[in-house]
Amino acid sequence: MKVLVPVKRVVDANVKVRVKPDGTGIDLANVKMAVNPFCEIAIEEAVRLREAEVASEVVAVAVGESNCQEQLRTCLALGADRAILVETAPDLEPLAIAKLLKAIYDQEQPGIVILGKQSIDGDNSQTGPMFAALAGLPQGTFASNLAVDGDTAEVVREVDGGLQTVSLKMPIVVTTDLRLNEPRYASLPNIMKAKRKPLDVTTPEALGVDVGRRTEVVDVAPPPERQAGIKVENVDQLVDKLTNEAKVIGQA
Amino acid sequence: MATLVVAEHDNAALRPVTLNVVAAAQAIGGEFDILVAGSGCAPVADEAAVIDGVGKVLLADAPAYEHALAENVGALVAGLADGYDHVLAAHTTTGKNFLPRTAALLDSQMVSDIIGVESPDTFLRPIYAGIAIATVKTSDAKKVVSVRGTGFDAAPADGGSGTVHAVDARHDAGLSEFVGEEIAKSERPELTSASIVISGGRGMQSGDNFSLLEGIADKLGAAIGASRAAVDAGFVPNDMQVGQTGKIVAPELYIAVGISGAIQHLAGMKDSKVIVAINKDEDAPIFQIADYGLVADLFEALPELESALD
Repeated sequence: MKVLVPVKRVVDANVKVRVKPDGTGIDLANVKMAVNPFCEIAIEEAVRLREAEVASEVVAVAVGESNCQEQLRTCLALGADRAILVETAPDLEPLAIAKLLKAIYDQEQPGIVILGKQSIDGDNSQTGPMFAALAGLPQGTFASNLAVDGDTAEVVREVDGGLQTVSLKMPIVVTTDLRLNEPRYASLPNIMKAKRKPLDVTTPEALGVDVGRRTEVVDVAPPPERQAGIKVENVDQLVDKLTNEAKVIGQA
Repeated sequence: MATLVVAEHDNAALRPVTLNVVAAAQAIGGEFDILVAGSGCAPVADEAAVIDGVGKVLLADAPAYEHALAENVGALVAGLADGYDHVLAAHTTTGKNFLPRTAALLDSQMVSDIIGVESPDTFLRPIYAGIAIATVKTSDAKKVVSVRGTGFDAAPADGGSGTVHAVDARHDAGLSEFVGEEIAKSERPELTSASIVISGGRGMQSGDNFSLLEGIADKLGAAIGASRAAVDAGFVPNDMQVGQTGKIVAPELYIAVGISGAIQHLAGMKDSKVIVAINKDEDAPIFQIADYGLVADLFEALPELESALD
């Protein structure tokens, strides 16, 4: 069984980005880019499935500009067997990405598609379920555990009040949450080996998918800034301020 | 212009966030109906029918909808979207699960996690962990939108006189089954709707030490949260996580204990009305947004705070 892992190139989680002064977006010039953290968890889960001999091949796929090849090489170094880049303009919308993934899914026929629950740039949290709906597949979103058993899989989901377990008919879509696993680091030999693994490039035209935009970002602005308040000396002063100044406690 | 609001509930009662979604529908303008999809959920429909300004309440009552499985509810909502310009649901783990499916089935580019309505086709939403607010205009005829509860003040829960209509559509994709759930049982208020939240971070040092927060939470009627660092360290479960990839809260009072204030955590709580930070590192970034900062060892400050609240 093949596992398909869609991954996204995003700004590194440790970089502090700024809004462009002209309100057109975020300034990403010369900032460090990385594999979206939830996508790293997805790659790790796929590689573990192959190591456990549940899966036979791990295929990473990215949708974006040619520089996404850097992140695909990272995925290959982390254990993916081969990679596919759908080369497009930057910032495709999740629906367009889901349609491209559906086209790749039809070609590759994987048993499991694992992807991150959200990307840390757009914070949309849409691509996984959108792709699942287009492909007519069941989904286990926000997964903290995945157990495949023949033609079904059990997924433990992190829901608002706790955990929910669902049983899904294969093939399935899984989106990763934080506690699914702890991703490994790529070793130097694996980074070297990754350079020789296959990386194919295709396009929306070749896949027959219309990726035209439906939404327009009219403006991007920093949120209203919160001012720092005061430092209190001790707990008694804190309780006094909260009771008598802010009036948020002790008003019963 | 008409909006369909998908109610969030547990088959017995509406979840409060539904009223925030209704407020977003009212901000868009025009009429709105509410869909209650579940199993044995007629009492929820009755509750929805008295929400101020509601038109119809659509009641889809079938076993396939009991646990809000995305495969079934996503298709149900898409099937009911005819005649509506907007379809709204909460940006919770339930809404995030089924609504993108609905959007894809309707060939609509969903707008996620809105915190404001500028016009019926233009919405405000945070991106990059709230470092920026994007104004997004959609050209899709059918607008599918998830709503951040804390972005809108709750609409009045009564005063309305909607009529309940049974929906016969049965969408059982047969692809997924509910197996079980472990819902944390707590006497404390739910994190996203609590008026006071006290959260612990890496500085708590262990899960056991979260008991230091419990006594205070009990005295204040507060919910307990945590930073991602505390979750990653295994101190507490992920459903307590406040932040970009966890829950978004905006209580009257937020008390951050042993939390340094990473941007990802601030994304989940910086809209709180009053923020208190307790941290022994006086340079911790959390102090830059706190209304009241206390530089102290939390292991001394917390017991003092608990007894000061008597």
